[in-house]
Amino acid sequence: MLDAQPRPDGRSLVEIRDLRMWFPIRTGLLKRHTGNVKAVDGVSFDIREGETLGLVGESGCGKSTCGRAILRLYEITGGSVKIDGQEIGDAGPNTLRRMRPTMQMVFQDPQASLNPRMTVARIIGEPLDEHTKMSRREKTAKVHDLMDQVGLNRAFADRYPHEFSGGQRQRIGIARALALNPKFIVCDEPIAALDVSIQAQVVNLLEELQAELGLTYLFISHDLSMVRHIATRVAVMYLGKVAELAPREELYGEPLHPYTRALLSAVPEPDPEAMGGSNRTILKGDVPSPSNPPEGCNFCTRCPDVMEVCHRVDPEFRQVRPGRWVACHLFEEGASSPSNRADTESMGDTA
Amino acid sequence: MTDRAEDAPVAGHEETPVAANPVQAAQPQNVSHGSRSQWLDVWDQFRTHKGALAGAGFFVFILLAVTLGPYLWIYDPTYIDIRARNTGISLAHPLGADQLGRDMLARMIAGGRTSVSVGVTAMALALFLGTLIGVLAGYFRKLDGPLMRFTDLFLALPLLPLLLVMVLLFRETLSANFGPETGIFLLIVVGIGVTSWMPTARIVRGDVLALKEREFVLAARSIGTPDRRMITRHILPNVLSPIMVSATLGIANAIITESALSFLGLGFPPDYPTWGRLLYDATDYLQQYPERVIWPGAAISLTVLSVNYIGDGLRDALDPRIRGR
Repeated sequence: MLDAQPRPDGRSLVEIRDLRMWFPIRTGLLKRHTGNVKAVDGVSFDIREGETLGLVGESGCGKSTCGRAILRLYEITGGSVKIDGQEIGDAGPNTLRRMRPTMQMVFQDPQASLNPRMTVARIIGEPLDEHTKMSRREKTAKVHDLMDQVGLNRAFADRYPHEFSGGQRQRIGIARALALNPKFIVCDEPIAALDVSIQAQVVNLLEELQAELGLTYLFISHDLSMVRHIATRVAVMYLGKVAELAPREELYGEPLHPYTRALLSAVPEPDPEAMGGSNRTILKGDVPSPSNPPEGCNFCTRCPDVMEVCHRVDPEFRQVRPGRWVACHLFEEGASSPSNRADTESMGDTA
Repeated sequence: MTDRAEDAPVAGHEETPVAANPVQAAQPQNVSHGSRSQWLDVWDQFRTHKGALAGAGFFVFILLAVTLGPYLWIYDPTYIDIRARNTGISLAHPLGADQLGRDMLARMIAGGRTSVSVGVTAMALALFLGTLIGVLAGYFRKLDGPLMRFTDLFLALPLLPLLLVMVLLFRETLSANFGPETGIFLLIVVGIGVTSWMPTARIVRGDVLALKEREFVLAARSIGTPDRRMITRHILPNVLSPIMVSATLGIANAIITESALSFLGLGFPPDYPTWGRLLYDATDYLQQYPERVIWPGAAISLTVLSVNYIGDGLRDALDPRIRGR
């Protein structure tokens, strides 16, 4: 947009600006509003068409909430979400319903995300019931197609979710998400509840579907190696904010934000002796409560490179190198050139 | 059923039919021949529950007896055969005759007709109200407070005095409009129905609150399912079990409440037999003619028991997780 040469394949499908999702805390007899849990607090990024944006971070940092807020499964507190050029942050129920086919979600717990009283055919067919006027025969055909697509035996169409294994249930969830030919799918830790061999199957399936159907994923996970495998770009979240956003190789090769460095150094090594074992960054203390985040930078209480300014000023999330976005004071003075400051509007266009 | 092996054949997402895989020994082959009706499965599961089957048999017998009985046993329940007073079991009066010489079998049939219809109708009404209020309160956060306080209000009302006042106030008008029997029937059904929905509402609300946070409801929302279909498709089928239990207990409750009202002289007219009425009439002669207490007492108990068993069996049969085990 503001960038000089937007890449032809780099059109932003999803644009998120200053997304905030606060949950009110009510206390006392009268349930007065006494504070907010700032699960997502001012998140901005773009997701380009056809890419997989990995969203990583530790438990409770707001990854899942962010994913759900983007699909407007929650009433967002503020900010804007544009999907395929259409604003959904404040869309009314009818507009939102018409937008639903574009954006779908794959859930973390494949057991809980399937209604135990519905057969597989009805679960996969539910989006078709809601958004299309297919005849029963067409619907059955489509459901069978979808089951083929995700590698489920058609003969299982009349079975119930509890009769399947975890991996198969996740396939049912993916088939349901695919039913309306969406452009954008939020995968909310789709592999976290599966064992490792099945994880690989599901991730491969997701990749195949992406290649086949040109899908765009927001892949939420805490599994850094899996994100490295599947993601095009990676966003690192900490306490409701995005700390760093960069293309995969650059992020894993040279993490800039101190939190990213700590996170990556915590990834288990197959051979600890080979890597020396001494250069791990061990964070001290706990994550502050999202209802009472520290003043200044959210990470200042645990940052190994903390400076005086970090306790006062919240660092701006800005582009420090082409395609690399960091919210950290360490990169404020040296790397800030006017040219980089210009495109705060197009967070996804340079890679 | 959740065999790990089922994952193996789909490992590489080949399109090979899973049935061809030699690893798949555990896989049933009979699932492929078209879609079998769900209700057949339900019936198959219901049949495995012996108690439910016996209960259903007995309940059907009672229903047939009270509907077809009057055509087979043509004695009028109010006909007084003074010479047969207080007779025991005989060929002319298989269940004996009462202190006025009325045939007990005919009175049991006529009484059962009233008691069962009051029980079933009042239960249906209470269930409808309870489920409606419970689902609305659980699903819509704004309605939760008002509706639950309303439920508390009804729970705080003393049931019998309220029914007595209702009968006193409305009996005349209803009798004038619908005839004495239909009028009092409506009054009692509505009276029992609107005073016994509260436990159902509370249980259903609790279940809906828990269900609403499940991920499949969120998934349905991400599909764009509107609230009304969310309730009918995802919420109601999953709160079926507590509703079923309430229903079976509700029938029993309604029959017993009706008996109590009849006993107080504010239910059906005195010459109009119901099981409760027969029971209370017979208590005066408990020592001389105990069988007259036993007939209606056994009928009430067995009906209630059979309905409970039916509910138990249905609940199991309607739950796909229990079915086929």
